[in-house]
Amino acid sequence: MADQNTTDARRYLVFRLENDEYGIEIDKISTIIEKDMDITRVPKQPAFVKGVINLRGEIIPVLSLRLKFGLDDDVYNEDTRIIIIKVDDLSIGLIVDSVAEVVLLDDETTESVSNIAGERPLEYLKGVGKPDGRIITLLDLEKIVMPEEAAT
Amino acid sequence: MDMSQYLEIFIEESKEHLQSLNQSLLQLEKNPDDRTMLNEIFRVAHTIKGMAGTMGFNRMSKLTHDMENVLHALRNDELEVTPELVDILFRCFDALENYTANIIETGSEGNTDSKELSDVLSGLLRNKKKSGAKASEQTKAGAPPAPETEREIASDLELDQYETNLINKAADMGNDAWQITVRLNKGCLLKSARAFIIFKTLERHSEIIKSVPPVQDIEDEKFDFEFTVIVLTRADAEVIRKDLNSIAEVDDVIMKLIKERNKAAVGVQAEEMPAADQLQIPADIRQAAAPGQDGPEPVTKKTKTGKTVRVDIDRLDVLLNLVSELIIQKTRLEGLEGIERTQQYVEAIEYLERITTSLHDAVMKVRMVPVETVFNRFPRMIRDVSRELGKEVELEMSGVDTELDRTVIDEIGDPLIHLLRNACDHGIESKEERRKLGKPESGKIELKAYQDGNNVVIEVGDDGQGIDVEKVRKKIVERGLVSKDAAANLSKKDLIEYLFRPSFSTAEKVTDISGRGVGLDVVKTKIETLGGTVEVETETGRGSRFYIRLPLTLAIIQALLVMIGEEKYAIQLSSVHKIINITPDDIKTVQKQEVVMYRNSVIPIVRLREVLEVPGGSDADQKVMTLVIVKKGERLTGFIVDRIIGQQEIVQKSLGKYLAGTRVITSATILGDGNVALILDVNALAN
Repeated sequence: MADQNTTDARRYLVFRLENDEYGIEIDKISTIIEKDMDITRVPKQPAFVKGVINLRGEIIPVLSLRLKFGLDDDVYNEDTRIIIIKVDDLSIGLIVDSVAEVVLLDDETTESVSNIAGERPLEYLKGVGKPDGRIITLLDLEKIVMPEEAAT
Repeated sequence: MDMSQYLEIFIEESKEHLQSLNQSLLQLEKNPDDRTMLNEIFRVAHTIKGMAGTMGFNRMSKLTHDMENVLHALRNDELEVTPELVDILFRCFDALENYTANIIETGSEGNTDSKELSDVLSGLLRNKKKSGAKASEQTKAGAPPAPETEREIASDLELDQYETNLINKAADMGNDAWQITVRLNKGCLLKSARAFIIFKTLERHSEIIKSVPPVQDIEDEKFDFEFTVIVLTRADAEVIRKDLNSIAEVDDVIMKLIKERNKAAVGVQAEEMPAADQLQIPADIRQAAAPGQDGPEPVTKKTKTGKTVRVDIDRLDVLLNLVSELIIQKTRLEGLEGIERTQQYVEAIEYLERITTSLHDAVMKVRMVPVETVFNRFPRMIRDVSRELGKEVELEMSGVDTELDRTVIDEIGDPLIHLLRNACDHGIESKEERRKLGKPESGKIELKAYQDGNNVVIEVGDDGQGIDVEKVRKKIVERGLVSKDAAANLSKKDLIEYLFRPSFSTAEKVTDISGRGVGLDVVKTKIETLGGTVEVETETGRGSRFYIRLPLTLAIIQALLVMIGEEKYAIQLSSVHKIINITPDDIKTVQKQEVVMYRNSVIPIVRLREVLEVPGGSDADQKVMTLVIVKKGERLTGFIVDRIIGQQEIVQKSLGKYLAGTRVITSATILGDGNVALILDVNALAN
């Protein structure tokens, strides 16, 4: 395995929202599906909670990262994917514009959150990956799946 | 009374408890100060004690009882957790495991006494600060030996003169006399009917001259699982054996040839059987010829295979999910574009549809079990417990066919045992006391199960003395849980809450039944892990009633599917009172609340479209509206929906932690087309 040499290297899945690239740790992802089913809206939920889907018999809430990050609402097309993540036994789907690739990031190519300021989705930010001059926003999934009391 | 049908439950549960005991002991060894582990070990020991006692495995019960005494001392800091002590506990665990292994093998706990261990345990108690060896109590648990006799073959029969004559006469005519022992399957329900068939079969070939037990007793089911007959026959022994073995639920047939011509005492003398006879009847007969107690061993092994299979609930989940997937694919197949819908295609799809539907139903039903399977054990338990306490207690059960999800059923046994034992021990007064109070001598315990909306409620009620809240108040001050002043201000409800705390008991003396404070906190913890609640109502002198409310997490319910805008919702059918059509003119406003008149009463209405914030459309342009009237307690509320889709059996699925706070929705279900429909929380919406 390539990452055995660099101790802190981690694999991230890179996906796109609008023009930006985001990364989430690959070991938190249980599956990636196409958006080919209806999402059942759940009443009395903040707008970014798109609803629930049936994934192999399991009811899974689906969130719109676009709405969560204050972007325009999702427009579904054949590139749209739902990334199913599992954090603390909680399975949640995240709608993204498209999924790009898997990258390997280590300490060299990662900048921790304390060095960055003023960026947009700061509260969900864990760091920034900079492989080959790209900028990949690394998301803190724990914070994303934390139910928001503030959201009304 | 026959306990064999509970044996399997006992074995499975013991295995689980022993497993957890082992783990806890290992943990305790690592962290001698870990109170929760100590509590856990105590609970497990307590539960095993109760179960073993119920099944009549007195040695097991005695050992766990002695363990409990030591553990109790540990909990009260009268003893210290030392490596030596943990060793002893491990030895106890080994002994318990041996008992269980024996029970699995033979159905009996065996003859090994754990006296040595018990002595060590009581020695521990004596050596330390407060001894209280409770010797008198220990002897109580040691009572009569395990009922092993049922397994022994009704041995060689006594024959009277008349029967001897018959056998001899038959021999003169060339008929053989056989002693045939038939053993029925332990799961056999209609033993006498089965015996009747066996008798009929035998009579085809032979003449029955004697039966042990007598025919009358067999007809009255007054026999265990075997009986022995002597028959006279010309037929070949193998033919008879084959015919008998072909009868359902016959586990074993043992045939012995009765020696002819021994006028002094015609008896069964298998040992003397000529070699030729032995050759004629292979296998089993040689077993039978072997000394008495060896005979049953190989046979009891056979009885282990029951008619049920214990399946891991996860596997059922997987199965259910796969079936849901199958249904979704079927629906997709139906809707495929560009396929010529030939007659054959349509038929195949229809057939597939029927199969998937039945499969779905079957898998869902597999998970549902009537509470009866748990309740069945209780009458015997109550009988034993009340006898031990010298009380007279009547157990009244109702709603035994109420179904619960398998996961819940598996867990609900222990808490109920605790509550029932508590009711016997603390609730119901002694006979004398009851007489003095003018109550009937015999106390009553009621065990009731019923479905209430989304819940199944199990009530355990007694007509005893009720909970003495003043005693509780005194106790919590004594234990230093609350200061005296604070305790004085606690309400009845608050005080009762204390009963559910760990290590709290109001029982004055420690008994074998309950009263060490393990009861209620275990009950509460268990029920809460199942997502349920426990409540108590109590009235001094009149009795107490516990309400266990369990959610049907994965229950199948009948639901009414309705359309609101473009969205489908399910309403639990049991709460639907009636569906009527109304016109906008029927809706009136009283104090800002929209209402309609229904059967001379005014009922409030809820516009679901607005409450649920369904996008698009409005109720305004409709001339006729559909009103689903739901019932909450005695109150009716009308829900306006767009359209009724129909009634359907659905599986409730949790919305999960993330959406747990959604108040108007209880859960969700997956429809035949694979889409998710939400189940409305009628109670929340009606408010």
